[in-house]
Amino acid sequence: MVQVQTEAKPIVNRTQAIAWLRQMMLIRRFEERAEMLYQKGNKIGGFFHQYSGQEPVAVGSIGVLREDDYIITAYRDHGHALARGMTARAGMAELLGKVTGCSRGKGGSMHFFDAEKGFLGGHAIVGSHIPLAAGVGFAIRYRGEDRVCVCYFGDGAINQGSVHEALNMAALWKLPVIFILENNLYAMGTSLERSTAVLDLRLRGATAYGIPGYTINGNDIELMAQTTRDAASRARAGEGPTFIEAQTYRYKGHSISDPGKYRLREELESAIKNDPIIIYQNVLKERGWIDDEAIDAIREEVKVEIEEAIEFAEQSEEPPLSELYEDITVAPYVPQE
Amino acid sequence: MPVISFREALNQAMCEEMERDDRVFLMGEEVAQYDGAYKVSQGMLKRFGARRVIDTPISEEGFAGIGIGAAMVGLRPIIEFMTFSFSIVAIDQIVNNAANVRYMSGGQFAVPIVFRGSSGMAGCLGATHSHRLEAWYSHIPGLTVILPGTPADAKGLLKSAIRSDDPVVFIEHEVLYHERGEVPEGEHLVPIGKADVKRRGSDVTLITYSRSLKTTLAAAEQLASEGIDAEVIDLLTVRPLDLDTLLQSVIKTHRAVIVEEDWPYCGIGAGISDRLTRKIFDELDAPILRVAAKDAPIPYNRALEASMLPSVPRIVAAVHDVLYR
Repeated sequence: MVQVQTEAKPIVNRTQAIAWLRQMMLIRRFEERAEMLYQKGNKIGGFFHQYSGQEPVAVGSIGVLREDDYIITAYRDHGHALARGMTARAGMAELLGKVTGCSRGKGGSMHFFDAEKGFLGGHAIVGSHIPLAAGVGFAIRYRGEDRVCVCYFGDGAINQGSVHEALNMAALWKLPVIFILENNLYAMGTSLERSTAVLDLRLRGATAYGIPGYTINGNDIELMAQTTRDAASRARAGEGPTFIEAQTYRYKGHSISDPGKYRLREELESAIKNDPIIIYQNVLKERGWIDDEAIDAIREEVKVEIEEAIEFAEQSEEPPLSELYEDITVAPYVPQE
Repeated sequence: MPVISFREALNQAMCEEMERDDRVFLMGEEVAQYDGAYKVSQGMLKRFGARRVIDTPISEEGFAGIGIGAAMVGLRPIIEFMTFSFSIVAIDQIVNNAANVRYMSGGQFAVPIVFRGSSGMAGCLGATHSHRLEAWYSHIPGLTVILPGTPADAKGLLKSAIRSDDPVVFIEHEVLYHERGEVPEGEHLVPIGKADVKRRGSDVTLITYSRSLKTTLAAAEQLASEGIDAEVIDLLTVRPLDLDTLLQSVIKTHRAVIVEEDWPYCGIGAGISDRLTRKIFDELDAPILRVAAKDAPIPYNRALEASMLPSVPRIVAAVHDVLYR
């Protein structure tokens, strides 16, 4: 179980810290409202995986990257996309399947993309994007650049073969990739204990490949940021990949159809009691960087931003049916019908 | 014009493209220090160095994905599968990522990558090493699938594939690697998506690709000795299909036989036959027949394996059938 934020020491200035708090609140609000649109309005379809409870992992790590770095993640991707600066409008419009969405309505919740921000997707086959991350790292090294690629995946992915193939080659070739395993304790409904022979995931993801590894409280946003910053420095210096097991917890089921009956109510309640957003608010209050009034103001601002995004999404056009055959290939596409 | 082998033609194509474009690199099992399991990449490590000719561990899914990731951010990888039989291990990467990333991202990313390697029934390799997967890959929107049958086409099409901005599945045939033929030096590009009429004829259209081209041309010679004038079309690209060239020919001959080394059910010929039949049903004087591999796993035994392949007698018999002789 994730504990309260224990190691918070200021590693950023006040402005940055408040920006991170705001981003976490934005992600939380984005998903709360999207869930309502899904449940009540029937406006969002398909699979919908929420990030609520895990926000510090994405915000803290992405918060210390450069604009020219790359990010790639799995299907629980709303948080990473928004943390990278994708607009709530583009994300919400994608959920509604609109042509103004971040993937022009062709990706949906699990396949958010934003090329301009170096956000290489939302990938929905578990473990399948870890080799892609190594490939991005390969390209960075091939060109002699000092960028990094940060790759997020869940604890369920550690049991996929592709992950281990990619970790091995990333270590072998010293690729500038930061592998962040977000351990929220459940692969869909299967707990770590029921799926994984060796529970110390750092042993499997880092030690096994000679990769520097860390097991940290991923809900401690500044610890997350510090660890990522160190990893990025090593990667930029040509010293290869880092593996970070970020321990966290998701509040919602695996996807929207999952009531989460496989876990105890007390476990969830205890996690919510230690909500990382509230904790970070308190940390910043203790530092004298923010007060309740300012937090309320951010909450209002975020609400307005999300409502505006929903309005934008709802008013946006559906893709025309001719879009079906667009963007399949760069060369003119000939349907084989 | 110089006469070189199929494998030398492929080597030439890769070397020329790597000379002209630093974004192109070759990655796969045994491609570098070993000089290629089938010596297709012979000399390339020496010429281009370890930065651009990269040996991988035996991790097909992993290095296929590494190629795709590198392509998404602008490189132009050539990923060699020692044989396409091993690409089955990597099929998630090829289908879910290479073929779909462009679509899922609403056109924000391209995946300019070539997956290439040997394939087919090459003699006593048994069920796991003799796969012909062209129908599998041709099923997938987003992929281009190419199977050359001659050294010149191998060179010209591989160069075009490397320059393509889309993912290309480039399937070679193990028994063709030593075949020799005239190959133009330097800039020789064969267009993707264009079939080639390898033999003009008027009585029947024989449609084929890859290794079966040679068998089909041999069958056409035998048919000529019987007074049957067969046209032989080499598909070269099986996805997208050059339907126009096929239509022109069959409208002329009114009869078609498709010769393919893959399995019959849901095979390449099934798709072609369906499309031709719907387009020009009235032009056909006989049902389109197919000479495919037999519908069984590939046996080790030499005679059993040979019995599976499209052969001259099987092709000739099918032609007799469509001509009602």
